[in-house]
Amino acid sequence: MGLLTFKGGVHPYDGKELSKNYPIEKYLPQGEMIYPLSQHIGAPAVPVVAKGDHVLVGQKIADAGGFVSAPIHSSVSGTVKKIEPHLNATGSMVNAIFIENDQKYEEVEYTPAKLESLSKEEILKRIQEGGVVGMGGAGFPTHVKLAPKDPSKIEYVLVNGAECEPYLTSDYRRMLEEPEKIVEGLRVMLTLFDNAQGYICIEDNKPDCIARLKELVKDIPRIEVKELMTKYPQGGERTLIYATTGREINSSMLPADVGCVVDNVDTVVAIYQAVILGMPVMSRIVTVTGDGIQQPKNFTVLCGTCMEELIGAAGGLKNTASKVISGGPMMGFAMYDLQVPCTKTTSAFLCLEKDPVSQAQQTACINCGRCVSVCPGHVLPARLATFAEHGNMEAFQKFDGMECCECGCCSYVCPAKRPLTQSIKSMRKMVLASRRKK
Amino acid sequence: MEQMLNVSSNPHVRDKMTTSRIMQLVVIALLPTTLFGIWNFGLHALLVVLVSVASSVIFEWLYDHFMHKPNTITDFSAVVTGLLLGLNMPPQIPLWMPVLGSAFAIIVVKQLFGGLGQNFMNPALAGRCFLMISFAGKMTNFSVGEKYSGVVDAVTGATPLAALKAQGFVENSVPVKNLFLGNIQGTIGETSALAILIGAVILLAFKVIDLKVPLTYIGSFTVFVILYMLFSGMGFDGNYLLSHLFGGGLMLGAWFMATDYVTTPITPKGQLVYGCILGIVTAVFRLFGGSAEGVSYAIIFCNLLVPIIERLTKPVAFGKGGKKA
Repeated sequence: MGLLTFKGGVHPYDGKELSKNYPIEKYLPQGEMIYPLSQHIGAPAVPVVAKGDHVLVGQKIADAGGFVSAPIHSSVSGTVKKIEPHLNATGSMVNAIFIENDQKYEEVEYTPAKLESLSKEEILKRIQEGGVVGMGGAGFPTHVKLAPKDPSKIEYVLVNGAECEPYLTSDYRRMLEEPEKIVEGLRVMLTLFDNAQGYICIEDNKPDCIARLKELVKDIPRIEVKELMTKYPQGGERTLIYATTGREINSSMLPADVGCVVDNVDTVVAIYQAVILGMPVMSRIVTVTGDGIQQPKNFTVLCGTCMEELIGAAGGLKNTASKVISGGPMMGFAMYDLQVPCTKTTSAFLCLEKDPVSQAQQTACINCGRCVSVCPGHVLPARLATFAEHGNMEAFQKFDGMECCECGCCSYVCPAKRPLTQSIKSMRKMVLASRRKK
Repeated sequence: MEQMLNVSSNPHVRDKMTTSRIMQLVVIALLPTTLFGIWNFGLHALLVVLVSVASSVIFEWLYDHFMHKPNTITDFSAVVTGLLLGLNMPPQIPLWMPVLGSAFAIIVVKQLFGGLGQNFMNPALAGRCFLMISFAGKMTNFSVGEKYSGVVDAVTGATPLAALKAQGFVENSVPVKNLFLGNIQGTIGETSALAILIGAVILLAFKVIDLKVPLTYIGSFTVFVILYMLFSGMGFDGNYLLSHLFGGGLMLGAWFMATDYVTTPITPKGQLVYGCILGIVTAVFRLFGGSAEGVSYAIIFCNLLVPIIERLTKPVAFGKGGKKA
């Protein structure tokens, strides 16, 4: 049988060898901790502490601002200094709680539980209280995702270990070092869905992880490891569902509409910790890598740690570094200021020596069709970008511009170096804004 | 912080392939058939090709210069146009003709419509057809002069296709081997199927083109010619078919000119449709038309159909029509 995959996609330089062999190191922050109140999709969290309060590790410092929202917990013990807007990794200013770290790491008491003794409602409650959100990047509150209208219709729980973004190795290290937690987390999820199969989906460039996990799950019912072809964006939600189940969802659908639930490996580990150990999300694995950093590494990082500190822990930037990206090279955000905190969705800091984007000379579109052949959304990026540049909202929507998943394949492959993804992204934002107005 | 950091929208990496590299690869892929044509037809063929390339590049530069536009000769597209135009010329053409053809191709067809990427038909072929209409005699005179007669063997005054047209059947005067290797009459670059196929392999290996257009083009053409043979009472004749496949401009057209990005549909299905229509139109022009050749006219005619083909073959977006639960 051939490897599972989808139609389209690209093979950029993967850069994973820079950091893949460095075991996860725990990094303890030195400076001030910053906790943005929007680390997830949905309503911002609402602070439940005030300036001057003393907090402990694991203490809730902000509560969910609605159902589609998530609480935030302190990852250090110390004193709340202030609550004010701060720059976050996506470039916007959001309210954040600043905490002075007393370096004592005094913890609240966690309440562990046995999976067998928990009801489905209790499991969801523990996930919600643990502040678990999609840690692959989107940050969708997990308790919402795990509570579809009809849980009996969920047939597949997909654990996304594809890690198709070049350079990133945080999921790789997690699968290699703590595969048991992933399996335990998946067992928790399967408890919620009686009719579901659990698939742990991994690209075939990580044969060691595939072997480890296959060995672990061989005697566990309802759990299988699925090998995927190594290709970007194999780990995108839509492409992953298609590759493993043959089902397609469009931009207006949720995975649950085709009987699927997809969560990143780090999210699954967070589910395990929240449900079984009673520990909220306070840390995650961050890859600090790229040819612009002295010593690429994988860290366990407490949420709230400043990006600049973490880059320092990896030996600092080389003098020649010209770009720092939060996330991977295909979908990450370029940073102009390193005073940005790690959040629940920070997967990597990528430091590049060369910036091919600013070096690229844009020329005329020659209609070569490369963007069309790589597009996993089966749209016409060259045409959409032109409609976007002309401000033609009607044609943009008629040509399925809203089906773009912004994966960046079209810009990557364009020989004329047109910023296709950028144009399409901007237009999509404008269309969404105009729809909201109506 | 000491360093200034670059900021841009994602993605932050780019493939190495550029427009000028693609054009350079096309030039490299055209070299086998160019060299064969020069070897086959002699020094004058070399001059025709050189003049054609040089004049295309010069016209491109002049237009950019006088219209105050950025210089675009470094993208190599003018070189490709000039080279294709030269390869589509009879070997004994007077040298002012490729210059005139280049001027028409570059200035009228390409630049006046907005430059690279905006031309609605293949500039080289438009240049050739312009010359064919204006100077039919010179453009269809394939006789090689006295002084080159030593260079060429198996060369008669007419191309295999012209002989086919005039006589209505194939004399066994042109062996299949010659048809394939290319020591026959024709334009400078179209005679050797072998050299063209070597170039095609280069294009395929570097992923400059894929098989969609060439295969559907040659395939639908072959089917049409076979049907014609069967229904016209001629009966199946392998030589007749091979003369049609290798005796004219079909190979050069299918691999190098029908695959021109700008004048081909961008949709995958559209490319298949375009290739099929090309094959049929070429066969109709050749079998029922007034002239022996049909490839050039068929391609520029089908270029005009590209926008409508594209509109009718818009791909179905991923997950389209899916229902929310």
